[in-house]
Amino acid sequence: MTIFGHKAPLTAVVGLAIILLNLLVALAGPYLAPYGETQVVGGGWDPASAAAWFGTDQIGRDMFTRLVYGARMTIGIAFVTTILSFAIGITLGLVAAVAGRWVDALISRAVDVVLSIPLLIWALMILNVLGQSLFSLVFTIGCLDSTRVFRLARALGLNLVSLDFVEVARMRGEGLWWVISREILPNAAAPLMSEFGLRFCFNFLFIAALSFLGLGVPLPYADWGGMVKDNVGGISFGLPAALYPAAAIALLTVGINLVVDWFLSIDARPSGAQAEM
Amino acid sequence: MADDRILCLEKLRVETIAGRVLVDDVDVELKRGEILGLIGESGAGKSTIGLASMAYARAGMRITGGTITLAGTELRASTALYRRHTRGKSIAYIAQSAAASFNPGMTLMDQVCEAPVVHGVMGRAEAEVYAKKLFRTLQLPNPDTIGDRYPHQVSGGQLQRVMAAMAMSCRPDVIVLDEPTTALDVTTQIEVLALLRDLIAEFGTAGLYITHDLAVVAQIAHRIMVLRHGKTIECGDTVQILEHPRTDYCRALVNERRDAEHLTLSVPDRAAPPILRVRDVTAGYGTAAAARNAVAVVKNASFDLAKGETLAIVGESGSGKSTMARIVTGLLPRWSGDIELAGKSLPPALGRRPNDILRRLQMVHQMPDTALNPRQTLAQIIGRPVALFFGRGRAEVRARVLELLRLVGLPEEFADRKPGQLSGGQKQRVCIARALAAEPEVIICDEPTSALDPLVAEEVLKLLKGLQDRLGLAYVFITHDLGTVRRIAHRTAVMLKGEIIAQGPTEQIFSPPYHPYTEKLILSVPEMHTTWLDEILQKRGGAAGLVAGAAERPAEVTPAARAAAADAGAVAETERMAAREVLGEGRGAAGLEALQTEVRNLKGMMEI
Repeated sequence: MTIFGHKAPLTAVVGLAIILLNLLVALAGPYLAPYGETQVVGGGWDPASAAAWFGTDQIGRDMFTRLVYGARMTIGIAFVTTILSFAIGITLGLVAAVAGRWVDALISRAVDVVLSIPLLIWALMILNVLGQSLFSLVFTIGCLDSTRVFRLARALGLNLVSLDFVEVARMRGEGLWWVISREILPNAAAPLMSEFGLRFCFNFLFIAALSFLGLGVPLPYADWGGMVKDNVGGISFGLPAALYPAAAIALLTVGINLVVDWFLSIDARPSGAQAEM
Repeated sequence: MADDRILCLEKLRVETIAGRVLVDDVDVELKRGEILGLIGESGAGKSTIGLASMAYARAGMRITGGTITLAGTELRASTALYRRHTRGKSIAYIAQSAAASFNPGMTLMDQVCEAPVVHGVMGRAEAEVYAKKLFRTLQLPNPDTIGDRYPHQVSGGQLQRVMAAMAMSCRPDVIVLDEPTTALDVTTQIEVLALLRDLIAEFGTAGLYITHDLAVVAQIAHRIMVLRHGKTIECGDTVQILEHPRTDYCRALVNERRDAEHLTLSVPDRAAPPILRVRDVTAGYGTAAAARNAVAVVKNASFDLAKGETLAIVGESGSGKSTMARIVTGLLPRWSGDIELAGKSLPPALGRRPNDILRRLQMVHQMPDTALNPRQTLAQIIGRPVALFFGRGRAEVRARVLELLRLVGLPEEFADRKPGQLSGGQKQRVCIARALAAEPEVIICDEPTSALDPLVAEEVLKLLKGLQDRLGLAYVFITHDLGTVRRIAHRTAVMLKGEIIAQGPTEQIFSPPYHPYTEKLILSVPEMHTTWLDEILQKRGGAAGLVAGAAERPAEVTPAARAAAADAGAVAETERMAAREVLGEGRGAAGLEALQTEVRNLKGMMEI
């Protein structure tokens, strides 16, 4: 099978199918869901039935409906967050690589300070101060995650900035913005694209983790991490409710990673090429 | 000795996995003790053949046809395990870049001893003794302790010699030398070349010598095979190829090389005022404030460049010639001294120079691959300076781009291509077009032809010369290749360790009385006859050769060498014969004694 002019292995096709399915569910959410997002349709932790396909959650809301709305919320937030973190990370990273030693030292050390404390702790701190809202969640995770993107963008930028065509541009008197946007960014796009997929996954898991700790998506919105947390009590009674959102998280993560693996392999070498021993 | 042929490739065919043919029905025959030179431009398939003779194909390639017979065994039909044992033991490979071929985390001794120990030829202790002997043979400094060093602690020439020792560590029947001297400076090249030749002669090994330089292969090969686009063009004795090439392509190759040996330009009579004046410039890496600790790379350099003239700056790697280019362009701010363009002093740093000066001073880089942004089309690349410096509209820029493409001899359709779709020579033309787009007065060419094949490089030189005549450009031409200097430069400056030690009209620099270093440089450039290396070694006092007698290289393979390679047991006998020969040539009893000790050592090793 060929996608975008590149031969895609079976794993990549499976990964793409998973992602497309998730996107479809996220976009068509209200039409797919049989009930309202917060509508109580039965007792707590009812078993699966024809009316509620995956049973109900701890206070009797339909699990399937919550999963569908959760896809919307979780994927949407992760996507916005990742875009934000890439915008910040790439800009700062490439400026650090191009602008010179002092700027680089300043930004890099600032990033080191952020990275020296675990991101989850940072997030807990900031969210406690800012209060729980969708905006503060996206903003906090985007900023924190941009430090990782910064590292990659700066490394890529440093490799590219030493190439002759960048030197030629500087000798022509081009400004910083031209060098970054025209000479460096297009050449760093491929590795950054695949990093986007990976960071999307991490952000998505990060939000799930925060929700699990009670600092993620505010109630009563459905999101997968929060649903795991809400339903985790049922596990000790042998009830599977917490496993459905957990499985949804796992499935999307695996799907994205399958596609990213394929992205990374495209640039490496012609597919199937090995030295003939 | 039933079969004299040690290595035989028949109807060899190598393709990429996409189906493009890299090597097309090539036959190679190698007798014991014989050296065959493989010549061709890049993409001719010479390295591919070299690797295929070990039945190995790089990632993305497949050997799709033909037979590879090494010492009577067909390698393609044998098992992977057998091939693995053959490599390194019976057939060894010396790669072009020694620096990239060593494991930086292992000592040299560990790496040299690896093959004999893995292949079970010797134990570790014997391998070390033998390696030290090889180091001594290859005239490495401190042969007993150099093995304890790491690759970054020795020079490029020494590393290349250690790699030769590594290849010889199992006494292979065949050794594949893939451009072993190309990455070295000319003066180092001679030493390595002489040592390799003597080593091969001494051990009776057969060799496949891959290079793009006819003059180099003339010194070492018995026969030469010329390749182009994966096909054999011509194959014959070294002398025949050099003196009476049969095909047009070979003739062009030989003539190109011979042209480089003669001067073509002389200084114009008219005394044009200098457009670029460099006065007592000193600079290095690190800022002037920290200069007390930093070492100046260029010291007190001065030169003048007149309109319409070419000044060549020659020197070996590390002489500071490329740094000179960076100082003039402002990429590296000078510490002291003055640079004037058309009478006006230039600010040291690039950022302080006004746009008009940036426009008038352009640069062409060495590697066209990295000098062009792979994500931009040629129209964008060439059009940008036009738009930036002259502020023209879109249609005007496009028209100018097409005009510039025509000017550098590229078809107009190329405007919408990207650099990846062009060949090396075409890319360099694009770089020149981009420099011309700014309508400069001075172009600094930093080795613009050294990454190109000889015939392509010649075309680029012709283009540069033609442009100079038409547009009155002045070039600062930085190069290490004296042949290029002879063809393009009106004036020449010779750099050594950051200082200009001689400068003047090219004619004057290249005729006696020379500066001693200039003479060494000139003498180090291989010439197109087979006896050049021996003459040079003699002039230098014959210091480089191990077996001084090897200077009279027989056109035929010596019987001793054949015997040596044919039978491992006869090695000692060969050594003795060699010793006798040496004695006959009056090298003295000391040399004989040393050789006999070696013979004893070798015998001892074999019994173990």
